[in-house]
Amino acid sequence: MFVPGNNPGMIRDAYIYGSDCIMFDLEDSVSVDQKDSARFLVYEALRTIDYGDKELIVRVNAPDTKTGVDDLEAMVRTRKVAIRLPKTETAADVLGCEKQIERIERENGIPVGSTRMMAAIESAKGVLNAEKIALSSKRLIGIALGAEDYVTDLKTNRSPEGIELLFARSMILLAARSAGIDAIDTVYSDVNNEEGLRKEARLIKQLGFDGKSVINPRQIKPICEIYTPTEKEIEKSQAVMDAIEQAHKKGSGVIALNGKMIDKPIVERAQRVLDLAKAAGVLGEGEDQA
Amino acid sequence: MEIKKIGTAGTMESSDIMVTVMKNKEAGTSIQLTSSVEKQYGRKIQEVIRRTLEELGVEDALVTAVDKGALDCTIRARVKTAAHRACGDENYKWEAKAN
Repeated sequence: MFVPGNNPGMIRDAYIYGSDCIMFDLEDSVSVDQKDSARFLVYEALRTIDYGDKELIVRVNAPDTKTGVDDLEAMVRTRKVAIRLPKTETAADVLGCEKQIERIERENGIPVGSTRMMAAIESAKGVLNAEKIALSSKRLIGIALGAEDYVTDLKTNRSPEGIELLFARSMILLAARSAGIDAIDTVYSDVNNEEGLRKEARLIKQLGFDGKSVINPRQIKPICEIYTPTEKEIEKSQAVMDAIEQAHKKGSGVIALNGKMIDKPIVERAQRVLDLAKAAGVLGEGEDQA
Repeated sequence: MEIKKIGTAGTMESSDIMVTVMKNKEAGTSIQLTSSVEKQYGRKIQEVIRRTLEELGVEDALVTAVDKGALDCTIRARVKTAAHRACGDENYKWEAKAN
């Protein structure tokens, strides 16, 4: 969930809404004359507020500007956040940001490499370079699509069906999978249109995305519901894992369930369903073990 | 840091505090606080403001603060921003938190 960096009330309450990740924004949601103010606010909040097990990310300003470097100087020192690089167009953008992060880590006795990064791809050039971007740094935990800037760059706008985003989504997803990192989808801007949000969330889940960014707490529940496996899916996955366990006990190389052979991709998908179910809190500790 | 002009930070929104820092004509730092929780936390808020200015090395400041229920971390952030603006100083000092 994106949280505007200059809003103390939202920064204080951000952890109560059930998002997996809190993304403090120092970039587009903060006006140019308030960049210093937002930076101090997020920095002090990170040093004080316990956000529990939430994944914390800060979207910084472009690292080739003084504002962006100041953001990195403050945020890397907190040791609590990953850095989201905005408007990433090339692998060199990632490496430039990484260089700054590494310098700050070295200067402050922070283990080099411990600050993770995420790259937002928001232009045609960025999409075409998605694979190179995704593979550019070991610090990257994911890449994300930023659709508003992207559709502007394409000289179009966002439609309810999202056809204009299909190529970018596919490129980003394949690049992320190729690099073994997460693919995160863009925000859905119309906070009053829950059905539209659900439709888009079903689409990006089917494409293979790991999650979706939100701009309002109200958008969290519909997305979590779509990503939470159904009871039927969980039962089927548990049956697959049980069959695997039984076969291993018997020393059998060939595994079958209800007359159908179970191979590696089926097992991987079953495990992913159980991982998602556990993350969603609908599967108890140990229930994914056969 | 030396105060050169008036610096303001924060808003009048709930959970925020609006802080204005300017040069005090008299020696020492003086704080004028308005807060909806002044009776319960007034002394604590003033202490946070004073300590934050001391850490920045800002002396002889006249501070006006309108508090709307801000956390200590918000108070520190707004005081730091207002003080840096008042001093025209963009050489920020960040502490590296030990693990």
